[in-house]
Amino acid sequence: MLGASPVEAYRLIVAGALGQPERVAFVLSAWAPLLLAAAGLLVTFAAGLWNIGVEGQVLLGAVFATGALRALGHLLPPPGAVLLAGLAAVLGGSLWALLAGALRAYGNVNEIFGGLGLNFIAGSLTVYLVLGPWARPGIASTSGTLPFAPSLWLPTIPVPPLEVPGEVFLGIAAMGAVSVALRGTYFGLHLAAIGRSLRAAHLRGIPTTREMLRAFAACGGLAGLAGFVLVTGAHSRHQLFPLISGGDGFLAILVVLLAGRSALACILISGAFAAISMGSLQLPLAMQLDSSMGGVIQSLLVLCAILLRGLRARLVSREG
Amino acid sequence: MAASPPVVFAVLGETLAERSGVINLSLDGLLLLTAMVAFAAARATTTLLAGFAAAMAVGALVGLVVAVASLTLRQHQVAAGFVLTLLCQNLAYVLGAPVAHLPGPQVAHLPLPLFRNWPVLGPVLFSQDPLVYLSIAATAAAWWYLAKTRPGLVLRGAGERPAAALARGIHVTRVRYLYTLAGGALVGLGGAAFSLAVKPGWSRPYGIEGTGWIVLAIVIFGNWDPLRGAAGAYLFVLLQTLATVLQSLMPRVPTQVFPTLPFPLMILALLLVTVGNSEWVQRGLRRLPAGTRRGVVRVLRALQASPPAALGVPLEQE
Amino acid sequence: MRVELRDIHKSFGPVRANDGVSLTADAGTIHGILGENGAGKSTLMKVLAGILQPDRGEILLDGAPVRISSPAAAIRLGIGMLQQDPLDFPSLSVLDNFLLGSPGGLVLDRRRARDALRRLGARFAFALDPDARGEDLTVGERQQLEILRLLRLGVRVLILDEPTTAISASQRGQLFAALRAMAADGKVVFFVSHKLEEVQELCDAVTVLRRGRVAGEAAMPAETGRLVQLMFGQEPPRVTRARLPLGPPVLELADVTASDARLTLEHVSLQVRAGEVVGLAGLEGSGQRLFLHACAGLAPVTRGRVRIAGRDLTGRSYAQFLAAGGAYLPAGRLGEGLIPGLTLTEHAALAGRHGTLFVDWRAAARAAARHIGELHIRGTPRTDVQALSGGNQQRALLALLPDHVSVLLMEHPTRGLDLESAEEIWRRLLDRRARGTAIVFSSSDLDELLARSDRILVFSGGRVAGPLDAREATVERLGELIGGKGV
Repeated sequence: MLGASPVEAYRLIVAGALGQPERVAFVLSAWAPLLLAAAGLLVTFAAGLWNIGVEGQVLLGAVFATGALRALGHLLPPPGAVLLAGLAAVLGGSLWALLAGALRAYGNVNEIFGGLGLNFIAGSLTVYLVLGPWARPGIASTSGTLPFAPSLWLPTIPVPPLEVPGEVFLGIAAMGAVSVALRGTYFGLHLAAIGRSLRAAHLRGIPTTREMLRAFAACGGLAGLAGFVLVTGAHSRHQLFPLISGGDGFLAILVVLLAGRSALACILISGAFAAISMGSLQLPLAMQLDSSMGGVIQSLLVLCAILLRGLRARLVSREG
Repeated sequence: MAASPPVVFAVLGETLAERSGVINLSLDGLLLLTAMVAFAAARATTTLLAGFAAAMAVGALVGLVVAVASLTLRQHQVAAGFVLTLLCQNLAYVLGAPVAHLPGPQVAHLPLPLFRNWPVLGPVLFSQDPLVYLSIAATAAAWWYLAKTRPGLVLRGAGERPAAALARGIHVTRVRYLYTLAGGALVGLGGAAFSLAVKPGWSRPYGIEGTGWIVLAIVIFGNWDPLRGAAGAYLFVLLQTLATVLQSLMPRVPTQVFPTLPFPLMILALLLVTVGNSEWVQRGLRRLPAGTRRGVVRVLRALQASPPAALGVPLEQE
Repeated sequence: MRVELRDIHKSFGPVRANDGVSLTADAGTIHGILGENGAGKSTLMKVLAGILQPDRGEILLDGAPVRISSPAAAIRLGIGMLQQDPLDFPSLSVLDNFLLGSPGGLVLDRRRARDALRRLGARFAFALDPDARGEDLTVGERQQLEILRLLRLGVRVLILDEPTTAISASQRGQLFAALRAMAADGKVVFFVSHKLEEVQELCDAVTVLRRGRVAGEAAMPAETGRLVQLMFGQEPPRVTRARLPLGPPVLELADVTASDARLTLEHVSLQVRAGEVVGLAGLEGSGQRLFLHACAGLAPVTRGRVRIAGRDLTGRSYAQFLAAGGAYLPAGRLGEGLIPGLTLTEHAALAGRHGTLFVDWRAAARAAARHIGELHIRGTPRTDVQALSGGNQQRALLALLPDHVSVLLMEHPTRGLDLESAEEIWRRLLDRRARGTAIVFSSSDLDELLARSDRILVFSGGRVAGPLDAREATVERLGELIGGKGV
């Protein structure tokens, strides 16, 4: 259809993702923000909330992290500055998510629209900062703010034969923490109850509004951390630039839709999706195919999964 | 005026689908995809009509996927719609790459001979391209269909109280399929209106990304009514135009900021039409003196958006 | 048209709603279907109207057997049913409600429909504003609209399910006159009711149902005593209960006014003492739920005071009601009481909270196992509550109550349960009562109300009568009050 063989395209994607050690490193560093955002989304999905605002929460995390590093990078020893930048990112992401949550809880604005609107606002805030107050001295261009010094980058950890970016461990730890929180804590149990039936949860005495806002805040915090990683990660551009989130938030929603509620499945699928995204960047060079091919493959996979899930349920209910 | 048809068509299409009870959330991607398809098809065949037809067919096809997923397979409408949004958007970029930045056919202006010489109004209203006239006609037709015809009444009933519609012998699922498809086709017409008239050609990014979400919000703001929805669409286009004017007046603010101005307004508008339902507003209202309260309640009620009662609710057969 | 139902069977799970019901109604008559709530009246009529499919049995119209597969098919055969809550469209105008579903061309001919509505309405003295919105009508007007719509579709058999529940006395008069006029036209009218005096006033013949079977038939007029006996069987033997020494008042309502979207309860005062059982009688939707919600902080109280266990909770939240030792078990055991999709262990964990961060799953599983053992719940700690039967769900709900409950508010404690389960539930409840819990429950089973309550409040269309002393109350007296006599 496109004058290109699909088999060849897949081969190129795989080669593009895993062919050389540095490519693998890029895949790993693309994996980390996806892991973090997906971990956050597991929390909101548990409560039946559609936090489409996750994309904007990633951006706000990146903005807050950049702000903190710009302000503190010279004042504190690098590890302290990076740590504080991470905390600032968590704060930024949660505040942005709480805004969507409050619009939903107190203003009856569906979180899908509230979140989307906030995504676009976050986008234009980023552009404004990059071109305005945080522009590089002398030139204001959309290419981004002044890159940070290597001392402010997240470390890589050697796992022979690879240099694994540190943020990957952060992502997997976040996924583990969320998994434990959802299974093991009252917070998780409350969210499961709210997701099943808001009314019954309320009548069981669960403070539903408070727990929903907490879910938003938790998701936003993790998404903010994803933004932090995009700014400070070992293989990142170490700067804030427009569209820095690059659809990671939306991609994380696809991951969670495909993985259901399983953290392990989230880890594997987000890894695969990171590989597809990175690998498809090779397509334009080799085959004149647009790099969005990766997005097509990812969303097609999830669509098929949804349709198959429905088909299976239908067949089962026929038999029963 | 000239930039309004795509938004108007999309608002009308989504209004029809949602009135029957189905949310087609894929609008943002669908507009892009149909814009690309329309341009590619019109270029390949050098016929504008083929472009419109192809875009409408693709719109209906995506509507069909939404309908199958939600009505037949009973999956979450939002999940299916969201995935389709991304799928359509990426497909548009991939399939459209070969025709990006190429010239192609374009809808010509069609001044209405009798009226265009009217002072002031003439040039504004009557020397537009035919799509503008068509979108106005479609708005009127959609209103007429919903308000005055038997199938329009059935459509409203299916989205309002499907159990009651079933009791009256209406095939609710069939009705919903029909309007999800028809609504998708109208959205496709909107996409085609972008690439064949308003913003001729194709590129990546195409520049209308985000419009589909605004359309979904306009449908809510328009209270699922074709006339109020179309008014919302014109308001949005007006705001966009104002943003470009502002941009030239404020050269120091980065240009990328202006296109996003409608989004905070979208949130505010939604807040305005939904906040009246929330508990704390109701409680606060009870404290106001009776006279003020009546006034406030009247304003809130006039603004209030009340969705079709069964919107997004799967049909349970007894 | 002559309507015959032969040996109709219809079960919902273990409940036999209709267990071999047969009846015949002749053209030009009003046929009463009399029975208590839950006797199977509505099920039988829904079978005739094509809303439910019978498990067994046949339907004959003028001697010819027919299959009625859907409400639309019923309409084609000339059978229309007016539901208790009319199936209309609240957001549409009266005229559009009248038109929706009618055959005709593409464009609605509203002028003709308006004429038809006015003409038909005039014949039965129903004055409806064609341009009013459905949601602004009273229930009585919505019924009138449905009746006119069905008549315009050419219905020759009209079924009315408890039509007088929520309408005014004058609307009732209008309705009865209209039904008589329809019978005089040769139509068959089925009038479903549990109100003796209405059936006596209106009907030409009556079939009495009891527990899903025909208890008897009678031509009108029939003796009241005989009908009562057919409806209720023998007066239930009174359970002799130990009179417990009552404790201090734990639920106090002083001149309470509360309202929800549909109803307003005005000036309700009641004092319930620890160890007391108060029953709430009345048709579904007469204000019992609103009353319970007002007590629990789930519905706004606009006037008066509510005190729970000595604490003034007027205008306070449901959380504070729970904190004061209140508990509420709603009618929807699944989706209101229990959370569908969660297991018994998860419910146990939710019930036994101690302010820690982590859930002690082992303790929760132990608690769930204890509940299962003590209350004979058929399931395991890992069973999804959705998979439990109604009786087991109710037992699980009781098990999940905290140890000390000062006031237990409950809707339909035994609805849909078999006798054994119902008995078991009550044994548990009375245990609680012996430990000082006050119980306020609503029920549509008069026997249950009389047998279990100390006092009974009777609700009728938002008005409250009583409290009556349950030892002195009779089924007849309650029936009268429920029907709105002497409130």
